[in-house]
Amino acid sequence: VCTSRFWFNYRHVANTLSVYRSVKRLGIPDSHIVLMLADDMACNPRNPKPATVFSHKNMELNVYGDDVEVDYRSYEVTVENFLRVLTGRIPPSTPRSKRLLSDDRSNILIYMTGHGGNGFLKFQDSEEITNVELADAFEQMWQKRRYNELLFIIDTCQGASMYERFYSPNIMALASSQVGEDSLSHQPDLAIGVHLMDRYTFYVLEFLEEIHPASQTNMNDLFQVCPKSLCVSTPGHRTDLFQRDPQNVLITDFFGSVRKVEITTETVSLDSDLAGFESNLLKDELATEPLKYAEQLPVAQIIHQKPKQKDWHPPGGFILGLWALIIMVFFKTYGIKHMKHIF
Amino acid sequence: GTMAAAALLFLLLVAAAGPGRAGAGRARRDALREELLLSPLPAGDVAATFQFRTRWDADLPRGAVSHYRLFPKALGRLVAALGVQELHLALTQGFWRTRTWGQPPLQAPAGAELWVWFQPTVMDVDKAWKELSNILSGIFCASLNFIDSTNTVTPTASFKPLGLANGTDHHLLRYAVLPREVVCTENLTPWKKLLPCGSKAGLAVLLKAERLFHSSYHSQAVHIRPICRDASCLAVSWELRQTLTVVFDTFSSGQGKKDWSLFKMFSRTLTDACPLASQSKVYVDISPKNKEKELLEVTPAPASVYEAIVQGDKRTYAVYDLLSPSLFNTSRSLNVQLKWKRPQDSSELPTPVLHAQRYVSGYGLQTGEISTLIYNTHPYRAFPVILLETVPWYLRLYVHTLTIITKGKENKPSYIHYQPAQDRRRPHLLEMLIQLPANSVTKITIQFERALLKWTEYTPDPNHGFYVSSSVLSALVPSIIAMKDVDVEQSPLFTSLFPSSDGSSYFVRLYTEPLLVNLPTPDFSMPYNVICLTCTVVAVCYGSFYNLLTRTFHVEEPSRGGLAKRLANIIRKFRGVPPL
Repeated sequence: VCTSRFWFNYRHVANTLSVYRSVKRLGIPDSHIVLMLADDMACNPRNPKPATVFSHKNMELNVYGDDVEVDYRSYEVTVENFLRVLTGRIPPSTPRSKRLLSDDRSNILIYMTGHGGNGFLKFQDSEEITNVELADAFEQMWQKRRYNELLFIIDTCQGASMYERFYSPNIMALASSQVGEDSLSHQPDLAIGVHLMDRYTFYVLEFLEEIHPASQTNMNDLFQVCPKSLCVSTPGHRTDLFQRDPQNVLITDFFGSVRKVEITTETVSLDSDLAGFESNLLKDELATEPLKYAEQLPVAQIIHQKPKQKDWHPPGGFILGLWALIIMVFFKTYGIKHMKHIF
Repeated sequence: GTMAAAALLFLLLVAAAGPGRAGAGRARRDALREELLLSPLPAGDVAATFQFRTRWDADLPRGAVSHYRLFPKALGRLVAALGVQELHLALTQGFWRTRTWGQPPLQAPAGAELWVWFQPTVMDVDKAWKELSNILSGIFCASLNFIDSTNTVTPTASFKPLGLANGTDHHLLRYAVLPREVVCTENLTPWKKLLPCGSKAGLAVLLKAERLFHSSYHSQAVHIRPICRDASCLAVSWELRQTLTVVFDTFSSGQGKKDWSLFKMFSRTLTDACPLASQSKVYVDISPKNKEKELLEVTPAPASVYEAIVQGDKRTYAVYDLLSPSLFNTSRSLNVQLKWKRPQDSSELPTPVLHAQRYVSGYGLQTGEISTLIYNTHPYRAFPVILLETVPWYLRLYVHTLTIITKGKENKPSYIHYQPAQDRRRPHLLEMLIQLPANSVTKITIQFERALLKWTEYTPDPNHGFYVSSSVLSALVPSIIAMKDVDVEQSPLFTSLFPSSDGSSYFVRLYTEPLLVNLPTPDFSMPYNVICLTCTVVAVCYGSFYNLLTRTFHVEEPSRGGLAKRLANIIRKFRGVPPL
């Protein structure tokens, strides 16, 4: 999730896209990723190289790629949508790619970046999510059995405050800085004109580039990723709610998706008559007279088009009340016995 | 008697279609044609229009199909489930400059545009419309779920169906535009996935996002409509056209030279045709301008040349057929290059017959005026045009200030339909049929007032401004040369976009610029500032006043001091310093 808008927050989009890229490279398909980007940097008019988002100076690595799929864009990234995605309380017509379809055996990785403070994370410069809300959302997820284990990574200023309030089991959290510290950005690129990435995510990306789907690296290595000498801020982590020992948790448990493939030598013969079967089943209805295309600009028909009849509505409250008043006054003045003269 | 004969015939048919007929000889029910049209534009840019057309001889709405081959399943199920008769979705970045570039083959307004005709069997059109926009937002990664009643209109005269239609009840039509929608790689990716060959073979290998978005205009669209299956038109086929139009500014990116090639534009060349396509062609517009000798030269030499009358003009095209074996004999890849033999005079720019311009004028943040200028440059023919304007509710239009002036005199429209807006529920809809006299400029002005929104309704970046979507001009432009009726299957795809009615005019749909209007925006940091300031003032003033009134002073006896103090005083006496 990238929560920042405006061109000078390019680095937050680059952060999110780097993690997205690593996660896709390690095997998680787009159908299992919900990517939220609060602003569009790649096709921003200020981007000197359209359709690219770089993470390294000298434009070495284009993290935007050629097959990115963003699920929530621009104004759709709001606190409400984020919480709805997490808890699953989504309007029924939401497409599948925008839902978190997880169950009690899913491991979920949540990565958030943006501007934050002590106990809150700012969404698009207009609203905030607090650590209490986030903790409650995770508790809802736990009670609805929407996750097996959850890894929460946050790269903002004072990020550690966001995981202080978690109280649901099986959550591990990492943050790029402690309370009272700012997370700093890595390096600016003079051609693009903005800072390209944040330090913590930069070193996390370097770390993840070494991981391949079969690697046995565990979480303790991830905790060591950005020491104070490189990151200037002190990254923090929280594992007390997690049941397993971080030593035994593989990175690929959260960042990758390894699927078991069984190879079989049996052959399956497909019914070659399938197409024939279909054509026999479907007999098209033929029209009795030729169909035709509509006229694109039937001037005569348009000019003589009658205006749409307005639907008749029964008179509303005010009109009824007014008429009732008039009739009451009338009968009070003149009395009922004069009615027979009217009818 | 007849029953036995019919049974025998049926048995024969079944036997003929039995298991012995696998392979060639069976007519497939769907077909793919792909086409690329490269046209150099008068001002030096190059327009490339890709069209991928899948035609499927099946009856989708009846929902009895379950085997999808070339037609994408996502769209097929959408059409069947929601009772869609026609669907047109376009995502565009940039603006087509009609005055300098000429008439567009198929234009779309900036942002996202969706218009749909539903089948007459659909009971609740609004509900189907809402579901449709949500499903499409998931398929195309666009925020089409923002389409709701505040930006949807039901035009009454424009947007007639482009496919077969049994009568046009405009209650079944919905039209919406999201002018703020951004188009980027994430919209191109699912669009490419819908193609039968993906982006791995055929013309789609040229579609690389890094080059496509570095352009002046990029528009990708999906059109689904029912068409005639054959000349007799007794059966219905479904057509899916995916079009992508991109305009490259070769002048600025080509070091000052106007020569271009496929490699320069797309950083790729063509190596083969899509194996699933029945036709795969590249057309290059080499029409001589002003009847002079050709000033441009195309390499490699085309195998054939095609002449047609397109948009009222006689045009010549060089044709490269990717499925013909002789094309890749000399080299394994096809890189079409075009060189200009002599520089073109800038005074030769031909103006298109119909073009329009729209702008907002006025000052301040309370009122303003929207002006639309429509130009008819035909020397002697007049023709009518339908103008459709959709204005959001927060710009309150005053229809009594609507004026239409042509050549200094007032021009009364033959048909006018105005639906006023309802705050937060419906936008303004203004549709007019205006007759444009020959060689004239028509100016349409309407004044508006800006509304103040509730503070929760502002977007996170309200100082950017609010967009007013493009207005639509639909016209039957008279053509100089009479056009023949085209046979859809034999002629190139770019000639059969709009169904032609007669040969004397061609249908064109133009869009004007979108407008950016500033609404009076409050300063959102003010509540915090006000609280701080007020609290400070209250604390200082009231606090001081309260202290003055209620503080009393008491005299306090000094204490004798402890042991440490007495010792310190003794030492100080010795030093000569006054005691504590």
